[in-house]
Amino acid sequence: MIAIADYGVGNIFSLKRSLEYLGVDSILTDDPKVFAQAEKLILPGVGAFPDAAKKLEEKGFTETIKEEAKKGKPILGICLGMQLLLDEGMEYGRTNGLGLIPGSAIDMKPRLERKGLKTPQMGWNGLIFPEEKERDSLFKNVDEGEFVYFVHSFWGDVKRESLIAYTDYGFDVTAAIRKDNVMGVQFHPEKSGKIGLKILENFAKEV
Amino acid sequence: MITKRIIPCLDVKDGRVVKGVNFDGLREVSSPVDLAEIYSESGADELVFYDITASSEGRKLFTEVLEKTAEKVFIPLTVGGGINTLDDFDRVLKCGADKVSVNSGAVADPDLIDKAAMKYGDQCVVLSADIKMEDGRYVVYRKGGRERTDLDAIEWLKEGERRGAGEIVVNSIDTDGVKNGFDLTLLKEVCNAVSIPVIASGGAGSIEDFITLFKEVPRVDAGLAASIFHFGEVKIEDLKKELKKEGISVRW
Repeated sequence: MIAIADYGVGNIFSLKRSLEYLGVDSILTDDPKVFAQAEKLILPGVGAFPDAAKKLEEKGFTETIKEEAKKGKPILGICLGMQLLLDEGMEYGRTNGLGLIPGSAIDMKPRLERKGLKTPQMGWNGLIFPEEKERDSLFKNVDEGEFVYFVHSFWGDVKRESLIAYTDYGFDVTAAIRKDNVMGVQFHPEKSGKIGLKILENFAKEV
Repeated sequence: MITKRIIPCLDVKDGRVVKGVNFDGLREVSSPVDLAEIYSESGADELVFYDITASSEGRKLFTEVLEKTAEKVFIPLTVGGGINTLDDFDRVLKCGADKVSVNSGAVADPDLIDKAAMKYGDQCVVLSADIKMEDGRYVVYRKGGRERTDLDAIEWLKEGERRGAGEIVVNSIDTDGVKNGFDLTLLKEVCNAVSIPVIASGGAGSIEDFITLFKEVPRVDAGLAASIFHFGEVKIEDLKKELKKEGISVRW
């Protein structure tokens, strides 16, 4: 059973539907206690970092996620959910993240503007895997160059050791991160066609 | 690098695609759900469902179509048509839409853009405008191009961006239905005025028109079309193959 945290941020129905399509048991819950009982956890998220961090705290998810992460339970953050796994977010000032993976969520705009690129990065971009590492189990049977769907204005600035996939949008933009049992993807696997479904299936069965 | 998007648009009335689609003359597909699946399989990057029903009965059918599509098509879905209030946003987002396109509704109440962006995020709000050149000036029309407004198109789109729209659809009335190519002059002007993604609509008649679009207006992010895909005049696989050959980055 996979539990998806419903803390009032973004459209999470498509995530639930894609797991249903894959035949994976899942539950959408706004109750941290119910959430904590599942074998694997998904933290979705769309919108602004401070607002999401506040809602996560108010609904009682912050501590639950930290505790379950410590126990070694697989956790997948998606989009803003990935950024929330980091130490901090720099949107509208500094906000604490969950601190599960070292790094900061910072604005891409200054870098992109210099290159004449638009913010947000919106659309399909190719996955690139760090050459020095073995392919992460989250990307089992996913080829380099496969396209996934991104929508974001901030990016996860992490250490190379946490990086498991990136994409080229004017610079090497973090596409996926992992530290032990905690992982995150910047793109939307639930909107990335067959490849996205494969990645969700990998989370359900391979990690 | 991020790819240029190809977006088929399906006009839905009373739960059916307005004009049935012929694939190699084998069969006519008029179920929006089936058609969405076929397009998704053939490499469409997103889909737009445009609700042109007026009756509440038709709206209910549309909602069902959307739900069924969202159960099996996992690429971004945008819904437009009849979006006038936040409740309309809510209605289609709950059924599986990822983005909502506002047109006449935003002209009548520009605050709708701010409110929707605040509630659902900028990425969710697509501002679509029907635009016509009149006496050297681009003017916004509404009600599907039937009613003239006094709005200057470029100013209106800039205002839309300021209010929180995450994306813009530029539909040129002058080129729409003519199948003689996109309105490159208008698109260049819009792309210079705004910094959010711009989707070109109206005028595509051939693969060549898409190549010209992306070469002449490199800041355009996507090309949207309806009838040329529906009538099989252009197949999405062929279109992407040719774009790739021309060095234009597409999802493959």
